[in-house]
Amino acid sequence: MSDPRIAGASVTQFGKHPERTGRDLFAEAGLEALSEAGIDPEDAEALYYGNFMGELAEHQGHQGPLMAEAIGLDVPATRVEAACASAGTAVREAVKTIRNGEAEVVVVGGAERMTNIGTAAATDALAIAADDLYEVRAGMTFPGAYALMARSYFDQYGGSHEDLAHIAVKNHEHALVNEHAQIQKEITVEDAMEAPTIASPLGLYDSCPITDGAAAAVLTTESYAEEHDLDAPVAITGTGQGGDNLALQDRLHLAQTPAADKAAEEAYGDAGVGPDDVDFAEVHDCFTIAEVFAIESLGFYERGEGIAAARNGETTRDGDRPINLSGGLKAKGHPVGATGVAQLATVAWLLDGSHPRADAVPDSTVGVAHNAGGTVASTTVHVMEVQE
Amino acid sequence: MTESAQDGEYDAWLDSIESDDGYYLECSNGHGWLPPRRVCPRCHDQDLSAVDLPDSGEIASHTTITVPTPQFEDDAPYVTAIADFGPVSVTGLVRDVDPDDVAIDDVVGIDVGERVTTGERAVVFRPR
Repeated sequence: MSDPRIAGASVTQFGKHPERTGRDLFAEAGLEALSEAGIDPEDAEALYYGNFMGELAEHQGHQGPLMAEAIGLDVPATRVEAACASAGTAVREAVKTIRNGEAEVVVVGGAERMTNIGTAAATDALAIAADDLYEVRAGMTFPGAYALMARSYFDQYGGSHEDLAHIAVKNHEHALVNEHAQIQKEITVEDAMEAPTIASPLGLYDSCPITDGAAAAVLTTESYAEEHDLDAPVAITGTGQGGDNLALQDRLHLAQTPAADKAAEEAYGDAGVGPDDVDFAEVHDCFTIAEVFAIESLGFYERGEGIAAARNGETTRDGDRPINLSGGLKAKGHPVGATGVAQLATVAWLLDGSHPRADAVPDSTVGVAHNAGGTVASTTVHVMEVQE
Repeated sequence: MTESAQDGEYDAWLDSIESDDGYYLECSNGHGWLPPRRVCPRCHDQDLSAVDLPDSGEIASHTTITVPTPQFEDDAPYVTAIADFGPVSVTGLVRDVDPDDVAIDDVVGIDVGERVTTGERAVVFRPR
Protein backbone atom coordinates (compact mmCIF):
# COMPACT_ATOMS: atom_id res chain seq x y z
CA MET A 1 0.00 0.00 0.00
CA SER A 2 1.38 3.36 -1.02
CA ASP A 3 0.53 6.55 0.81
CA PRO A 4 -0.48 9.02 -1.89
CA ARG A 5 1.95 11.81 -2.65
CA ILE A 6 0.65 15.28 -3.44
CA ALA A 7 2.30 16.04 -6.76
CA GLY A 8 0.61 19.35 -7.43
CA ALA A 9 -2.15 21.56 -6.10
CA SER A 10 -3.89 24.78 -6.97
CA VAL A 11 -6.63 27.05 -5.67
CA THR A 12 -8.27 29.92 -7.47
CA GLN A 13 -8.65 33.34 -5.93
CA PHE A 14 -11.50 32.89 -3.44
CA GLY A 15 -14.13 35.61 -3.47
CA LYS A 16 -16.90 36.98 -5.61
CA HIS A 17 -16.79 35.82 -9.22
CA PRO A 18 -20.47 36.02 -10.18
CA GLU A 19 -19.59 36.19 -13.86
CA ARG A 20 -17.57 32.97 -13.85
CA THR A 21 -19.15 29.53 -14.17
CA GLY A 22 -18.26 26.65 -11.89
CA ARG A 23 -16.70 24.82 -14.80
CA ASP A 24 -14.45 27.77 -15.56
CA LEU A 25 -13.33 28.06 -11.94
CA PHE A 26 -12.57 24.34 -11.74
CA ALA A 27 -10.78 24.37 -15.09
CA GLU A 28 -8.42 27.04 -13.78
CA ALA A 29 -7.59 25.10 -10.61
CA GLY A 30 -7.45 21.69 -12.25
CA LEU A 31 -5.24 22.67 -15.16
CA GLU A 32 -2.85 24.52 -12.86
CA ALA A 33 -2.65 21.55 -10.48
CA LEU A 34 -1.81 19.23 -13.38
CA SER A 35 0.79 21.69 -14.62
CA GLU A 36 2.29 22.06 -11.13
CA ALA A 37 2.46 18.30 -10.83
CA GLY A 38 4.33 17.96 -14.10
CA ILE A 39 2.21 14.95 -14.93
CA ASP A 40 0.97 14.08 -18.39
CA PRO A 41 -2.85 14.41 -18.17
CA GLU A 42 -3.05 11.18 -20.18
CA ASP A 43 -1.77 9.40 -17.08
CA ALA A 44 -4.68 10.55 -14.91
CA GLU A 45 -7.02 7.65 -14.22
CA ALA A 46 -9.85 9.10 -12.12
CA LEU A 47 -11.40 12.34 -10.89
CA TYR A 48 -13.17 12.80 -7.56
CA TYR A 49 -14.91 16.14 -7.37
CA GLY A 50 -16.67 17.89 -4.50
CA ASN A 51 -19.70 20.14 -4.99
CA PHE A 52 -22.72 20.88 -2.84
CA MET A 53 -25.20 23.33 -4.32
CA GLY A 54 -24.64 23.02 -8.06
CA GLU A 55 -28.27 22.22 -8.79
CA LEU A 56 -29.49 25.28 -6.91
CA ALA A 57 -26.79 27.77 -7.87
CA GLU A 58 -26.17 26.78 -11.50
CA HIS A 59 -29.00 24.39 -12.35
CA GLN A 60 -26.27 21.87 -12.98
CA GLY A 61 -26.19 18.33 -11.72
CA HIS A 62 -23.95 15.48 -12.89
CA GLN A 63 -20.89 17.62 -12.50
CA GLY A 64 -18.31 14.81 -12.36
CA PRO A 65 -17.93 14.23 -16.09
CA LEU A 66 -18.51 17.92 -16.78
CA MET A 67 -15.51 18.85 -14.68
CA ALA A 68 -13.33 16.07 -16.10
CA GLU A 69 -14.11 17.47 -19.54
CA ALA A 70 -13.31 20.97 -18.30
CA ILE A 71 -9.73 19.93 -17.53
CA GLY A 72 -9.34 17.70 -20.57
CA LEU A 73 -9.58 14.32 -18.90
CA ASP A 74 -11.38 11.26 -20.24
CA VAL A 75 -11.58 9.34 -17.00
CA PRO A 76 -14.20 7.95 -14.64
CA ALA A 77 -15.36 11.05 -12.80
CA THR A 78 -17.44 11.07 -9.66
CA ARG A 79 -19.04 13.96 -7.83
CA VAL A 80 -18.93 13.53 -4.07
CA GLU A 81 -21.44 15.40 -1.92
CA ALA A 82 -21.24 15.69 1.85
CA ALA A 83 -22.30 19.33 2.27
CA CYS A 84 -19.27 21.40 3.27
CA ALA A 85 -17.17 18.24 3.60
CA SER A 86 -17.72 17.32 -0.06
CA ALA A 87 -14.10 17.86 -1.06
CA GLY A 88 -12.74 16.18 2.06
CA THR A 89 -14.71 13.08 1.23
CA ALA A 90 -13.51 13.36 -2.37
CA VAL A 91 -9.93 13.33 -1.06
CA ARG A 92 -10.73 10.22 0.94
CA GLU A 93 -12.02 8.46 -2.18
CA ALA A 94 -8.90 9.47 -4.07
CA VAL A 95 -6.65 8.18 -1.28
CA LYS A 96 -8.46 4.85 -1.23
CA THR A 97 -8.27 4.52 -5.00
CA ILE A 98 -4.50 4.98 -4.96
CA ARG A 99 -3.94 2.84 -1.90
CA ASN A 100 -5.89 -0.10 -3.27
CA GLY A 101 -3.88 -0.05 -6.48
CA GLU A 102 -6.68 0.95 -8.80
CA ALA A 103 -4.85 4.01 -10.09
CA GLU A 104 -1.44 5.66 -10.02
CA VAL A 105 -2.62 9.20 -10.75
CA VAL A 106 -5.87 10.66 -9.47
CA VAL A 107 -7.13 14.23 -9.68
CA VAL A 108 -9.18 15.44 -6.73
CA GLY A 109 -10.87 18.79 -6.45
CA GLY A 110 -14.00 20.77 -5.94
CA ALA A 111 -15.75 23.97 -6.82
CA GLU A 112 -18.70 26.03 -5.73
CA ARG A 113 -20.46 28.99 -7.23
CA MET A 114 -22.44 30.85 -4.58
CA THR A 115 -22.43 34.62 -4.90
CA ASN A 116 -24.44 34.69 -8.14
CA ILE A 117 -27.62 33.73 -6.28
CA GLY A 118 -27.33 36.35 -3.54
CA THR A 119 -27.20 36.09 0.25
CA ALA A 120 -30.81 35.00 0.83
CA ALA A 121 -30.76 32.20 -1.73
CA ALA A 122 -27.29 31.09 -0.63
CA THR A 123 -28.51 30.99 2.99
CA ASP A 124 -31.42 28.87 1.78
CA ALA A 125 -29.14 26.57 -0.19
CA LEU A 126 -26.75 26.11 2.74
CA ALA A 127 -29.66 25.38 5.06
CA ILE A 128 -30.58 22.23 3.16
CA ALA A 129 -27.53 20.58 4.67
CA ALA A 130 -29.80 20.38 7.73
CA ASP A 131 -32.87 18.17 8.21
CA ASP A 132 -35.60 19.66 6.03
CA LEU A 133 -38.58 18.37 7.99
CA TYR A 134 -37.40 19.08 11.48
CA GLU A 135 -34.85 21.89 11.19
CA VAL A 136 -35.29 23.93 8.00
CA ARG A 137 -39.04 24.19 8.55
CA ALA A 138 -38.38 25.51 12.06
CA GLY A 139 -36.39 28.37 10.55
CA MET A 140 -32.96 26.85 10.97
CA THR A 141 -30.21 28.50 8.98
CA PHE A 142 -26.58 27.42 8.83
CA PRO A 143 -25.51 30.28 11.14
CA GLY A 144 -28.52 29.55 13.33
CA ALA A 145 -27.49 25.94 13.79
CA TYR A 146 -23.98 26.91 14.86
CA ALA A 147 -25.47 29.57 17.12
CA LEU A 148 -27.44 26.84 18.90
CA MET A 149 -24.22 24.87 19.31
CA ALA A 150 -22.30 27.94 20.53
CA ARG A 151 -24.89 28.81 23.16
CA SER A 152 -24.91 25.22 24.35
CA TYR A 153 -21.09 25.28 24.58
CA PHE A 154 -21.12 28.48 26.64
CA ASP A 155 -23.77 26.98 28.92
CA GLN A 156 -21.91 23.73 29.38
CA TYR A 157 -18.27 24.79 29.49
CA GLY A 158 -18.21 28.59 29.78
CA GLY A 159 -16.67 31.00 27.32
CA SER A 160 -18.03 34.09 25.67
CA HIS A 161 -18.56 35.87 22.41
CA GLU A 162 -15.38 37.79 23.14
CA ASP A 163 -13.42 34.52 23.14
CA LEU A 164 -14.84 33.81 19.69
CA ALA A 165 -13.86 37.30 18.55
CA HIS A 166 -10.22 36.43 19.19
CA ILE A 167 -10.55 33.52 16.75
CA ALA A 168 -11.88 35.86 14.07
CA VAL A 169 -9.09 38.37 14.71
CA LYS A 170 -6.46 35.61 14.48
CA ASN A 171 -7.75 34.15 11.23
CA HIS A 172 -8.10 37.56 9.59
CA GLU A 173 -4.51 38.32 10.56
CA HIS A 174 -3.30 35.01 9.17
CA ALA A 175 -4.96 35.75 5.81
CA LEU A 176 -3.24 39.08 5.30
CA VAL A 177 -0.45 37.53 3.20
CA ASN A 178 -2.58 34.87 1.50
CA GLU A 179 -3.16 36.13 -2.02
CA HIS A 180 -5.92 33.57 -2.56
CA ALA A 181 -7.92 34.78 0.45
CA GLN A 182 -11.29 36.42 0.00
CA ILE A 183 -10.77 38.84 2.87
CA GLN A 184 -7.38 40.42 3.50
CA LYS A 185 -8.40 42.85 6.17
CA GLU A 186 -7.20 43.10 9.73
CA ILE A 187 -9.92 43.37 12.36
CA THR A 188 -9.96 44.02 16.09
CA VAL A 189 -11.82 42.30 18.88
CA GLU A 190 -13.96 45.42 19.11
CA ASP A 191 -14.83 45.18 15.40
CA ALA A 192 -15.98 41.60 15.88
CA MET A 193 -17.94 42.39 19.02
CA GLU A 194 -19.72 45.33 17.47
CA ALA A 195 -20.60 43.66 14.14
CA PRO A 196 -24.28 43.05 13.41
CA THR A 197 -25.74 39.88 14.89
CA ILE A 198 -26.83 37.28 12.33
CA ALA A 199 -27.97 34.53 14.71
CA SER A 200 -27.41 35.28 18.37
CA PRO A 201 -24.88 34.92 19.89
CA LEU A 202 -23.01 34.91 16.54
CA GLY A 203 -22.28 38.11 14.63
CA LEU A 204 -21.12 38.89 11.13
CA TYR A 205 -17.46 38.40 12.03
CA ASP A 206 -18.16 34.98 13.51
CA SER A 207 -19.21 33.76 10.08
CA CYS A 208 -17.28 32.83 6.97
CA PRO A 209 -18.24 34.72 3.82
CA ILE A 210 -20.21 33.40 0.85
CA THR A 211 -17.58 32.48 -1.69
CA ASP A 212 -16.94 31.40 -5.27
CA GLY A 213 -13.87 29.33 -5.92
CA ALA A 214 -12.25 26.05 -6.82
CA ALA A 215 -9.35 23.88 -5.73
CA ALA A 216 -7.61 20.85 -7.18
CA ALA A 217 -4.77 18.51 -6.36
CA VAL A 218 -3.03 15.69 -8.17
CA LEU A 219 -2.27 12.59 -6.11
CA THR A 220 0.07 9.84 -7.19
CA THR A 221 1.92 6.83 -5.87
CA GLU A 222 5.39 6.99 -4.38
CA SER A 223 6.69 4.73 -7.18
CA TYR A 224 5.16 6.89 -9.93
CA ALA A 225 6.67 9.99 -8.33
CA GLU A 226 10.10 8.33 -8.22
CA GLU A 227 9.88 6.99 -11.78
CA HIS A 228 8.93 10.40 -13.13
CA ASP A 229 11.32 12.33 -10.90
CA LEU A 230 8.49 14.40 -9.42
CA ASP A 231 9.00 16.87 -6.61
CA ALA A 232 6.34 15.47 -4.26
CA PRO A 233 7.70 15.37 -0.70
CA VAL A 234 4.33 15.43 1.10
CA ALA A 235 2.24 12.28 1.55
CA ILE A 236 -1.26 11.74 2.88
CA THR A 237 -0.50 9.22 5.59
CA GLY A 238 -3.82 9.11 7.41
CA THR A 239 -7.45 9.37 6.43
CA GLY A 240 -10.54 9.25 8.61
CA GLN A 241 -14.23 9.96 8.36
CA GLY A 242 -16.96 10.13 10.96
CA GLY A 243 -20.71 10.65 10.95
CA ASP A 244 -23.48 11.73 13.29
CA ASN A 245 -27.26 12.20 13.27
CA LEU A 246 -28.17 14.80 10.68
CA ALA A 247 -30.43 16.87 12.91
CA LEU A 248 -29.00 18.59 15.97
CA GLN A 249 -32.07 17.60 17.95
CA ASP A 250 -31.15 13.95 17.60
CA ARG A 251 -27.55 14.29 18.76
CA LEU A 252 -26.18 13.17 22.10
CA HIS A 253 -24.16 16.39 22.24
CA LEU A 254 -24.90 19.95 21.14
CA ALA A 255 -21.54 21.19 22.39
CA GLN A 256 -19.29 18.49 20.98
CA THR A 257 -18.66 17.05 17.52
CA PRO A 258 -18.37 13.27 17.86
CA ALA A 259 -18.15 12.82 14.08
CA ALA A 260 -14.88 14.73 14.14
CA ASP A 261 -13.69 12.73 17.16
CA LYS A 262 -14.20 9.54 15.15
CA ALA A 263 -12.55 10.94 12.03
CA ALA A 264 -9.52 12.14 14.00
CA GLU A 265 -9.12 8.86 15.82
CA GLU A 266 -9.24 6.93 12.57
CA ALA A 267 -6.85 9.27 10.75
CA TYR A 268 -4.33 9.34 13.59
CA GLY A 269 -4.46 5.56 13.85
CA ASP A 270 -4.02 5.22 10.11
CA ALA A 271 -0.98 7.50 10.13
CA GLY A 272 0.46 6.16 13.37
CA VAL A 273 0.61 9.61 14.96
CA GLY A 274 -1.18 11.37 17.78
CA PRO A 275 -2.29 14.92 18.49
CA ASP A 276 1.04 15.76 20.12
CA ASP A 277 2.86 14.96 16.87
CA VAL A 278 0.88 17.52 14.87
CA ASP A 279 2.67 20.80 14.16
CA PHE A 280 -0.29 22.75 12.75
CA ALA A 281 -3.79 22.25 11.34
CA GLU A 282 -6.23 23.70 8.88
CA VAL A 283 -9.67 23.24 10.43
CA HIS A 284 -13.23 23.90 9.35
CA ASP A 285 -14.02 27.27 10.92
CA CYS A 286 -17.18 28.06 8.98
CA PHE A 287 -18.07 29.86 12.21
CA THR A 288 -15.68 30.83 14.97
CA ILE A 289 -17.24 28.32 17.36
CA ALA A 290 -16.57 25.59 14.79
CA GLU A 291 -12.82 26.11 15.22
CA VAL A 292 -13.27 25.43 18.94
CA PHE A 293 -15.10 22.18 18.25
CA ALA A 294 -12.44 21.18 15.73
CA ILE A 295 -9.37 21.69 17.91
CA GLU A 296 -11.05 19.83 20.77
CA SER A 297 -12.07 16.92 18.52
CA LEU A 298 -8.56 16.77 17.09
CA GLY A 299 -7.29 16.22 20.62
CA PHE A 300 -5.33 19.44 20.89
CA TYR A 301 -7.48 20.55 23.84
CA GLU A 302 -9.71 18.98 26.46
CA ARG A 303 -13.44 19.72 26.23
CA GLY A 304 -14.12 23.27 27.26
CA GLU A 305 -10.52 24.41 26.90
CA GLY A 306 -10.37 25.14 23.18
CA ILE A 307 -12.44 28.29 23.57
CA ALA A 308 -9.50 30.20 25.09
CA ALA A 309 -6.80 28.99 22.69
CA ALA A 310 -6.83 31.98 20.36
CA ARG A 311 -7.22 34.49 23.17
CA ASN A 312 -4.18 32.92 24.86
CA GLY A 313 -2.15 33.11 21.67
CA GLU A 314 -1.67 29.35 21.48
CA THR A 315 -3.20 28.95 18.01
CA THR A 316 -1.86 32.15 16.47
CA ARG A 317 0.97 32.01 13.95
CA ASP A 318 3.53 32.56 16.69
CA GLY A 319 1.80 30.13 19.07
CA ASP A 320 2.74 26.56 19.88
CA ARG A 321 0.28 25.04 17.41
CA PRO A 322 -0.93 27.46 14.76
CA ILE A 323 -4.45 26.86 13.49
CA ASN A 324 -5.66 28.08 10.11
CA LEU A 325 -2.54 29.80 8.86
CA SER A 326 -4.36 30.31 5.56
CA GLY A 327 -6.92 32.50 7.30
CA GLY A 328 -9.29 29.57 7.52
CA LEU A 329 -12.75 29.58 6.04
CA LYS A 330 -13.36 32.70 8.09
CA ALA A 331 -11.06 34.95 6.07
CA LYS A 332 -9.82 32.79 3.18
CA GLY A 333 -13.41 32.06 2.17
CA HIS A 334 -15.57 28.95 1.93
CA PRO A 335 -16.57 27.85 -1.58
CA VAL A 336 -18.28 24.87 0.00
CA GLY A 337 -17.41 22.09 -2.43
CA ALA A 338 -13.81 23.23 -2.81
CA THR A 339 -12.89 23.75 0.84
CA GLY A 340 -11.54 20.30 1.71
CA VAL A 341 -9.09 20.31 -1.19
CA ALA A 342 -8.07 23.91 -0.51
CA GLN A 343 -7.19 22.78 3.02
CA LEU A 344 -5.20 19.86 1.58
CA ALA A 345 -3.27 22.25 -0.67
CA THR A 346 -2.59 24.65 2.19
CA VAL A 347 -1.21 21.93 4.43
CA ALA A 348 1.00 20.61 1.62
CA TRP A 349 2.35 24.10 0.90
CA LEU A 350 3.01 24.79 4.58
CA LEU A 351 4.91 21.50 4.85
CA ASP A 352 6.99 22.04 1.72
CA GLY A 353 7.70 25.66 2.62
CA SER A 354 5.97 27.29 -0.34
CA HIS A 355 3.04 28.85 1.54
CA PRO A 356 3.40 32.54 2.48
CA ARG A 357 2.81 31.61 6.13
CA ALA A 358 5.32 28.73 6.06
CA ASP A 359 7.73 30.81 8.12
CA ALA A 360 5.39 30.25 11.08
CA VAL A 361 6.08 26.50 10.98
CA PRO A 362 9.60 26.25 9.49
CA ASP A 363 10.55 22.75 10.70
CA SER A 364 7.13 21.16 10.62
CA THR A 365 6.70 17.58 9.46
CA VAL A 366 3.07 16.77 10.32
CA GLY A 367 -0.02 18.77 9.36
CA VAL A 368 -3.70 17.97 9.59
CA ALA A 369 -6.77 19.01 7.58
CA HIS A 370 -10.22 18.84 9.22
CA ASN A 371 -13.26 19.30 6.95
CA ALA A 372 -16.78 19.28 8.38
CA GLY A 373 -20.14 18.96 6.63
CA GLY A 374 -23.31 20.66 7.83
CA THR A 375 -23.35 20.86 11.60
CA VAL A 376 -20.61 18.21 11.63
CA ALA A 377 -22.79 15.28 10.66
CA SER A 378 -19.96 14.46 8.24
CA THR A 379 -16.29 15.03 8.95
CA THR A 380 -13.05 14.02 7.31
CA VAL A 381 -9.60 14.33 8.82
CA HIS A 382 -6.43 13.86 6.82
CA VAL A 383 -2.90 13.64 8.18
CA MET A 384 -0.11 14.81 5.92
CA GLU A 385 3.58 14.23 6.51
CA VAL A 386 6.85 15.17 4.89
CA GLN A 387 8.55 12.04 3.59
CA GLU A 388 12.30 11.43 3.46
CA MET B 1 -55.26 25.47 -7.00
CA THR B 2 -52.97 22.49 -6.75
CA GLU B 3 -53.08 20.70 -3.46
CA SER B 4 -49.68 20.17 -1.87
CA ALA B 5 -48.57 16.64 -1.22
CA GLN B 6 -48.41 15.52 2.38
CA ASP B 7 -45.01 14.66 3.80
CA GLY B 8 -46.11 11.31 5.16
CA GLU B 9 -45.73 10.79 8.87
CA TYR B 10 -44.28 14.26 9.38
CA ASP B 11 -47.58 15.92 8.52
CA ALA B 12 -49.44 13.30 10.49
CA TRP B 13 -47.22 14.14 13.47
CA LEU B 14 -47.98 17.85 13.08
CA ASP B 15 -51.68 16.94 13.00
CA SER B 16 -51.23 15.10 16.29
CA ILE B 17 -49.58 18.13 17.90
CA GLU B 18 -52.36 20.36 16.61
CA SER B 19 -54.99 18.13 18.19
CA ASP B 20 -53.13 17.99 21.54
CA ASP B 21 -52.41 14.35 20.93
CA GLY B 22 -48.68 14.64 20.29
CA TYR B 23 -46.48 11.57 20.37
CA TYR B 24 -42.97 10.39 19.72
CA LEU B 25 -41.53 7.03 18.81
CA GLU B 26 -39.67 5.07 21.44
CA CYS B 27 -37.60 1.94 21.01
CA SER B 28 -37.51 -0.83 23.58
CA ASN B 29 -34.33 0.67 25.04
CA GLY B 30 -36.01 4.01 25.74
CA HIS B 31 -34.46 6.06 22.92
CA GLY B 32 -36.89 8.66 21.57
CA TRP B 33 -37.28 9.92 18.03
CA LEU B 34 -39.69 11.90 15.91
CA PRO B 35 -41.36 10.19 12.95
CA PRO B 36 -40.77 8.99 10.33
CA ARG B 37 -38.50 6.27 11.72
CA ARG B 38 -38.30 2.55 11.01
CA VAL B 39 -35.30 1.85 13.20
CA CYS B 40 -33.62 3.35 16.25
CA PRO B 41 -30.32 4.70 14.92
CA ARG B 42 -28.76 4.38 18.37
CA CYS B 43 -29.42 0.68 19.09
CA HIS B 44 -30.84 -0.66 15.79
CA ASP B 45 -34.07 -1.76 17.47
CA GLN B 46 -36.95 -1.88 15.02
CA ASP B 47 -39.62 -2.28 17.68
CA LEU B 48 -40.73 1.35 17.83
CA SER B 49 -43.95 2.34 19.53
CA ALA B 50 -45.83 5.62 19.82
CA VAL B 51 -45.62 7.25 23.25
CA ASP B 52 -47.44 10.38 24.41
CA LEU B 53 -45.30 13.48 24.13
CA PRO B 54 -44.91 15.20 27.52
CA ASP B 55 -47.03 18.33 27.92
CA SER B 56 -44.01 20.52 28.50
CA GLY B 57 -40.34 20.60 27.62
CA GLU B 58 -37.22 22.54 28.51
CA ILE B 59 -35.24 24.69 26.12
CA ALA B 60 -31.82 23.13 25.50
CA SER B 61 -30.52 25.92 23.27
CA HIS B 62 -31.90 28.86 21.34
CA THR B 63 -30.94 31.55 18.85
CA THR B 64 -32.55 34.67 17.50
CA ILE B 65 -32.14 34.62 13.73
CA THR B 66 -31.90 37.97 11.96
CA VAL B 67 -30.63 36.76 8.56
CA PRO B 68 -33.32 34.29 7.42
CA THR B 69 -33.91 32.17 4.37
CA PRO B 70 -36.45 33.60 1.87
CA GLN B 71 -39.11 31.34 3.38
CA PHE B 72 -38.79 33.24 6.69
CA GLU B 73 -38.17 36.72 5.33
CA ASP B 74 -41.18 38.29 7.05
CA ASP B 75 -40.76 36.22 10.20
CA ALA B 76 -37.36 37.69 11.08
CA PRO B 77 -36.23 38.28 13.70
CA TYR B 78 -37.44 35.02 15.17
CA VAL B 79 -36.28 32.57 17.79
CA THR B 80 -35.46 28.98 16.86
CA ALA B 81 -34.84 26.59 19.73
CA ILE B 82 -34.28 22.94 20.54
CA ALA B 83 -36.41 21.79 23.46
CA ASP B 84 -36.15 18.51 25.35
CA PHE B 85 -39.41 16.61 25.90
CA GLY B 86 -38.38 13.58 27.90
CA PRO B 87 -36.22 11.31 25.75
CA VAL B 88 -36.92 13.24 22.56
CA SER B 89 -35.82 16.70 21.47
CA VAL B 90 -37.73 18.93 19.07
CA THR B 91 -36.73 22.00 17.05
CA GLY B 92 -39.26 24.80 16.82
CA LEU B 93 -40.02 28.50 16.82
CA VAL B 94 -40.37 30.22 20.19
CA ARG B 95 -43.30 32.63 20.30
CA ASP B 96 -45.21 34.77 22.79
CA VAL B 97 -42.03 35.88 24.55
CA ASP B 98 -39.49 38.65 23.97
CA PRO B 99 -36.47 37.07 22.23
CA ASP B 100 -34.17 38.65 24.81
CA ASP B 101 -36.03 36.84 27.58
CA VAL B 102 -35.65 33.32 26.15
CA ALA B 103 -33.23 31.22 28.21
CA ILE B 104 -31.92 27.69 28.46
CA ASP B 105 -34.05 25.55 30.81
CA ASP B 106 -37.16 27.69 30.16
CA VAL B 107 -40.27 25.50 30.29
CA VAL B 108 -42.35 25.52 27.11
CA GLY B 109 -45.37 23.84 25.63
CA ILE B 110 -45.56 22.64 22.04
CA ASP B 111 -48.03 23.76 19.41
CA VAL B 112 -48.31 24.21 15.65
CA GLY B 113 -48.33 27.70 14.19
CA GLU B 114 -48.08 29.37 10.81
CA ARG B 115 -44.98 30.93 9.35
CA VAL B 116 -45.57 34.63 8.72
CA THR B 117 -43.90 34.59 5.32
CA THR B 118 -45.49 31.54 3.73
CA GLY B 119 -48.38 30.56 5.97
CA GLU B 120 -47.00 27.03 6.13
CA ARG B 121 -47.18 25.06 9.35
CA ALA B 122 -44.31 25.00 11.81
CA VAL B 123 -43.64 23.67 15.30
CA VAL B 124 -44.06 26.44 17.85
CA PHE B 125 -43.03 26.58 21.50
CA ARG B 126 -44.79 28.88 23.95
CA PRO B 127 -43.82 29.63 27.56
CA ARG B 128 -45.54 27.53 30.20
